[in-house]
Amino acid sequence: MTSPDCILETRGLEKRFGGVVAIASVDFTLKQRELRCLIGPNGAGKSTFFKMLTAQLKPTTGRILFDGVDITRAQPHHVSRLGIGIKNQVPDVFNNLTVAENISVAARSRHGKARAGAKGKDVMERLGLTALTGRLVGELAHGQRQWVELAMVVALEPKLILLDEPAAGMTADETNKTAELILEVNKSAAIVVVEHDMQFIKQIAQTVTVFHQGRVLIEDTMEKVQGNELVREVYLGKSEDD
Amino acid sequence: MTANWQGNGGLVAATVLGLVLLLALPQIVDPVMMIELTSYVIMAILALSLGLIWGYGGILCFGQSAFFGIGAYAYAIAVINFGDSTIPLLLSIIVPGLFAALLGYFLFYARITDVYFGVITLTVTLILYKVMGATSGSQYVIGAAPLGGYNGIPAVPPLNFPGRPELALSFDGLFYLSGVTLLAVYVGLRLMLKSRFGQVVVAIRENERRAELLGYDARFYKLATFAIGGAIAGLAGCLFANWGMFISPDVFGLAQSAQVIIWVIVGGTGTLLGPIVGCFAIQWIATKLGAQQLLNANLVLGTILIGFVLLVPKGVVPTIGDALRRLKFCPYVAPLVEQRRVP
Repeated sequence: MTSPDCILETRGLEKRFGGVVAIASVDFTLKQRELRCLIGPNGAGKSTFFKMLTAQLKPTTGRILFDGVDITRAQPHHVSRLGIGIKNQVPDVFNNLTVAENISVAARSRHGKARAGAKGKDVMERLGLTALTGRLVGELAHGQRQWVELAMVVALEPKLILLDEPAAGMTADETNKTAELILEVNKSAAIVVVEHDMQFIKQIAQTVTVFHQGRVLIEDTMEKVQGNELVREVYLGKSEDD
Repeated sequence: MTANWQGNGGLVAATVLGLVLLLALPQIVDPVMMIELTSYVIMAILALSLGLIWGYGGILCFGQSAFFGIGAYAYAIAVINFGDSTIPLLLSIIVPGLFAALLGYFLFYARITDVYFGVITLTVTLILYKVMGATSGSQYVIGAAPLGGYNGIPAVPPLNFPGRPELALSFDGLFYLSGVTLLAVYVGLRLMLKSRFGQVVVAIRENERRAELLGYDARFYKLATFAIGGAIAGLAGCLFANWGMFISPDVFGLAQSAQVIIWVIVGGTGTLLGPIVGCFAIQWIATKLGAQQLLNANLVLGTILIGFVLLVPKGVVPTIGDALRRLKFCPYVAPLVEQRRVP
């Protein structure tokens, strides 16, 4: 049985694409308002894991429990309504709509017209998008489009936020801002972040989970994970920076 | 002030312009041309329905004429049986709307993708063509209405004042009714597209996965758009049956289905004015071409279509709209033309 302070739990989660095992029997638990970083080399199964949590992919076997509800076979919009928001790896936005329209579509998924308007304005201010409101999102730079997607996710006020490489393509300044934002949003929502940028992870990390070949290799604090021989071998060894 | 004008002012201006045309045209156009013009107006309603489904919903329906034909047949069969046209008129909207909803349910909820969707909808209209064509003979009657196979149903009674069958609609009356209907559908769709529902429909066209991850059931929104489009097409079918006082399976044919798509392409997808303009222009050219013997009409129309796809791929209305915006006519003229937002 799920404990009440647990927001997300997967049991024996597995995904196979033909003969390839992308995710192999992952048991993962996340507490309410926890901030978790997910790292691992390319192909470790991080994005596949996220896609299953948001019903973009159906697991081969295993179960996913979110806030006490079994969402293993749910539809993506249903999962979203329950309170999971995701920022995908590639900016996943409405390119031919303006910044304001993008955020409005997100906010109005949860709120009535007046509250959605206020919420949208608030989110755009917090993320520094106010100057861009009338611009078409497709015309913006990669980093700015990342912000728009982030703003859309925040506007949903989810209980759990999944961020797949939120700092990719951002400058150092923007990355710092993203880290601050994540810490702030974390006051009201649990967050799982997938990143490759170790500096960024050090900035926000509490607990780190390392994926390797579709399995959880280790789950511990950043220091312990960095000190772990196995982790160094599969992943950190390449970007060591003591 | 400017923002307000660009929001609702454009819509008000378009409405006024439409009403002026509606009242002025019968005064300046000769009666024979009025007959033609009435059919253009009716077909423009059909074009608008595809403009909604395809241009805004991103659903390429190759069989929009199926709903048009079902609306026409529903009206004809019902009015022959009932005498009074009030319920038949409603049926001409409801029956194709429900048919679109049923068809859409199986296609959207099975997540059938674009190309297959086009093929299936085209097949549906061609099946209806064959089925209605096979209904010649005295055993194929619905109530008092013989279906008549490929000969169709002749002498379809006209619309009448609700509850008063003796007050039938005159031919002039049909022009005004069709014009008002076209205007009402246009204004209604513009308002709908400004609402939350419309915003979501466009968002789904832009990025279906993102819309679902925001909590919108894309299947439902597409289904609703498709059903609304089907109902509008059916209404156009009812007016068409009134116009010719006749209906045959030809409305389900390939030529009819292809025509609607051409109107929308030439006028411009992603706008509502485009399909109307495209429909009027192409039909007018077709009429003029039909009156001369020098060139084959279809050959010329085909050339025009190829020319448009190659040279004006966005369509007439978006191209003019972009030009107006560049020339800074924007605050006064451009709001008449909705901005098109399709790559």
